[in-house]
Order: sequence, then C-alpha cells, then structure tokens
Amino acid sequence: MKMTHIKKLFTIAGFIFAVGAMQTNAFAQQKNDPKFNKMMQDSFRADGIAGLDRIKQDETQKFCSDPVFSEGKQGAATREKIQKINMATIQQPSDGKYIGDWKSGERIAQSGRGATWSDKADTAVGGGCYNCHQINPKEVSYGNIGPSLTGYGKLRGYSQEIVTYTWNRINNSKAYNACSNMPRFGHFKLLTEKQMQDVMALLLDPESPVNN
Amino acid sequence: MQRTYKLGLATSLLAALLTMTSSVSAQNSATDDIAKYREMIADGNPSELYEAAGEELWKKPAGPKNASLEKCDLGLGAGVVKGAAAQLPRYFKDTNKVQDLESRLMTCMQALQGRDPQEMIDAPFQKGPKKDMEAIVAYVVTLSKGDKIKVSTAHPKEKEMYDLGKRTFFYQGGPMDFSCASCHAENGKRIRLQDLPNITEQKGAAMGWGYWPAYRVSSGQFWTMQQRLNDCYRQQRFPYPIYGSDVTIALSMYMAKTGNGGTVETPGLKR
Repeated sequence: MKMTHIKKLFTIAGFIFAVGAMQTNAFAQQKNDPKFNKMMQDSFRADGIAGLDRIKQDETQKFCSDPVFSEGKQGAATREKIQKINMATIQQPSDGKYIGDWKSGERIAQSGRGATWSDKADTAVGGGCYNCHQINPKEVSYGNIGPSLTGYGKLRGYSQEIVTYTWNRINNSKAYNACSNMPRFGHFKLLTEKQMQDVMALLLDPESPVNN
Repeated sequence: MQRTYKLGLATSLLAALLTMTSSVSAQNSATDDIAKYREMIADGNPSELYEAAGEELWKKPAGPKNASLEKCDLGLGAGVVKGAAAQLPRYFKDTNKVQDLESRLMTCMQALQGRDPQEMIDAPFQKGPKKDMEAIVAYVVTLSKGDKIKVSTAHPKEKEMYDLGKRTFFYQGGPMDFSCASCHAENGKRIRLQDLPNITEQKGAAMGWGYWPAYRVSSGQFWTMQQRLNDCYRQQRFPYPIYGSDVTIALSMYMAKTGNGGTVETPGLKR
C-alpha cells in the first residue's frame, strides 16, 4: 500500500518535471500556433503517392523549421540531441559492402526524379546529387547549395574512417549537421542500399572520374 | 506569323548560347544568356496572346448570370484594373479575407457571373476553366507592368497572413525535409545552372515575386503565380496545395511584402 503511494508520488513528480522541461523548451523554440496548424491542414490534399502524412513533421523537421532557434545559441543543446537521434537511425550495409559501381552511381547522381505527386510508387528515385554538388568534373551543369565533391576520395583518402563517414552522411546527413539541407536518403528510403553503394563508388572508387 | 518565326529564331539562338556557355565555363550561369534572349523577344513576349484573350474574357458577358467581369473590384475600386495587381494580396472587406489575384478573381466570377469557384479550384492547370483564368490573369498583371510592388500589412488580417507566410516559408516536411528556405534563403545559390533568388531579402523577393506570372519558354505555357507555387511544392515532395488555399496566399503575402519597392515586370519571361 505504502509502496504504491510512493510510486504514485514519483510518477507525479516526474510528470511535473517533464511539463516544466517542456515549457522551458517552448520558451525558446517557436510556439505551437493553432491557426498555422489549421491553415496547413486545410490547404493541402493528398495526391497519388504524396499523402497528407508528408506535412506531419518529425522532431528534426520541426526543429529546423525554426532557424532563429535552431541556428542560435539557445538551440545548441537540441542540435546535439537531434544529431544523436539521426545517428541512431543509420544502418551499415547488410552485406558489408560499401563500394558499388561508380557508373551506376553517376546515373543515380544525375537523376533528380521520384517521390513527387506526379511520380508512381515504383518510379526509381534519383539522388539528385548534381542539383546541389559539383561531382564529376566533366559535368558542368551542377548546383552549389552543397560543397563540391570533385576529387572526393583523392583529397580525403580511402580509409575505412572516410568510407564509413561518407556512408553515414549519405544515409542521414542530419547525424552530423542537424539542419543540413541534404535529404536523409537512407532514413527515408529514398535510395536503396544498392543505390547508395553505387553513389559511394562514384565518390570513393579510385577509378571513378571524380578521382581522376 | 512573324512573331512565331522570331520566337523560333530566338529559341535556337538561346540554345546555341547555352551550349557555348557550358563548354566555356561552368561557373558562368545561364542568367546572362537568358537576359540576352529576353531582350531579343522583348517586343514579342508570347504572353501578349494570353493577354489579348484575357481582355476579351474580362469584357464578355459569361456564366449563369451572363455578366462580364468589368465591375470586379481588385482592391482599387470596382472596374479598376490598372495598377491593381501591384498591390495584391490585400484584405477585402466583402469577403473578410486576404486574397491574392486568383482567389479574388474567383470571388468576382462567383458574385458577378454566378460561376462556381469549386469548378475553378478542381480544374487542372492549363485546362478548362483554368485556361480562362490564366488569360484573365495575363490581362490584369500586364496593366501593372512597371509599377512598384506596394503591398500593405496595415490591416491586422494582412499582418497575420504575412506572419503565417513567413512561418510557411521555413516549414520543412516531406521525405526530403525541404522547405522554401532550403533553396531560397541564401544569396548566390543555384540548382544545376538555375539561379535561385534569396526570397528572405528585398532584392531576391522582388526578383521572384516581380517576374511572375510569366511565360515559360521550356513548357510553352503561361504560368500564374498559383501554378508557380504549386510546382515548387511538387518539387518539395509535399502533398498538393489546393488552388487559392491560405498557404498559397500566405506565401504570396510574405514574398510580395518582402519585395515591396521592387518593380513589377509581369508578365515575365522565364526559362
């Protein structure tokens, strides 16, 4: 009897502490706005593979939608936390193979297709890498939202450390930079394991034009 | 006929220029060549065809009430078209809403002509009733060409819409975590060779807002701002933004207000 009382007390105390922590957090982070939420709900409709679940944010998206907080001093601790959450989602290749076929990787890097409401569920998703990165120096049509990856392996070496880091970064870039602009290709299953191995080869096969 | 010929010639010149740029230097973006191309066909923007059709639609009695749109109030009084688009979106007392050009035109079509706005909302772009809308939009925005973007947030509902738009701009979602800000919140950024305006600053917002609606050379279509935003959301991998919904108006309000003081260059001419 007494024991249950104590347990209850602990539960209540824990609850109060949690609410307190949440409020402290909400003080710095953008407040929930029912008007905004309703507007979002009322303004979109599902179309094909693009369902309404896509505007439900996970913790990372919520945090990064508030740049004043997420990029500021107060957001530092949460940034660390978000990176940890994302690091924990990364799976190493099931067959232990990191480096696939760079030629296939080049095709994946070129394609920006897939995952829109005008695509089908079986449309192969591209990496869209050239949208934001310079990669193969022969391709002159590249974007600059991300850093240049030309000479990637040649500059960094081909150590296991670099290989694992690159694998992780392609899988879930937010593990290293909470609000990186780069999609989480592994986490959201945008690319298959095979596709990621091929993109890895484009960057880290010594034979790849990226390193020549 | 002559115009078609000129357009064809200019298009092949553009293609040639782009190829040259690519082989010379990757750092040189396509912007300069597109500017040259614009100059070449400046006296023959294909939008003029839409604009002429739009003027006719504006003046012609239509709909269940067999009335024209000539008494439509776009914010400067009933029937005033000149300069109206430069001051939209704005708050309208009769609907008690902030409206952009297209949602306001739907209100006029309903009130004056008795047309059902749902038909317009449901129609795909470039088809059926949307085709009429696109022409009318071309007509209306041409009559603000050269004006300054002048959008007010004096009314509380306008201010609220601006704030909602700003929040929307940074709202990440979908399987690629994209928001508008992923591409449009820094200077000097490109997707492939396409320059991206930084919409969080006056200059970039005026570049984005001031040149749409526009004729798109790549698709051979006239695109309204609603279609422009719709395609942004498609590429963001979001669900489908409903035509004239508050999200689209809020974003328009944020862009237009941020771009205030810039010049209205509509209808623009785009890649």
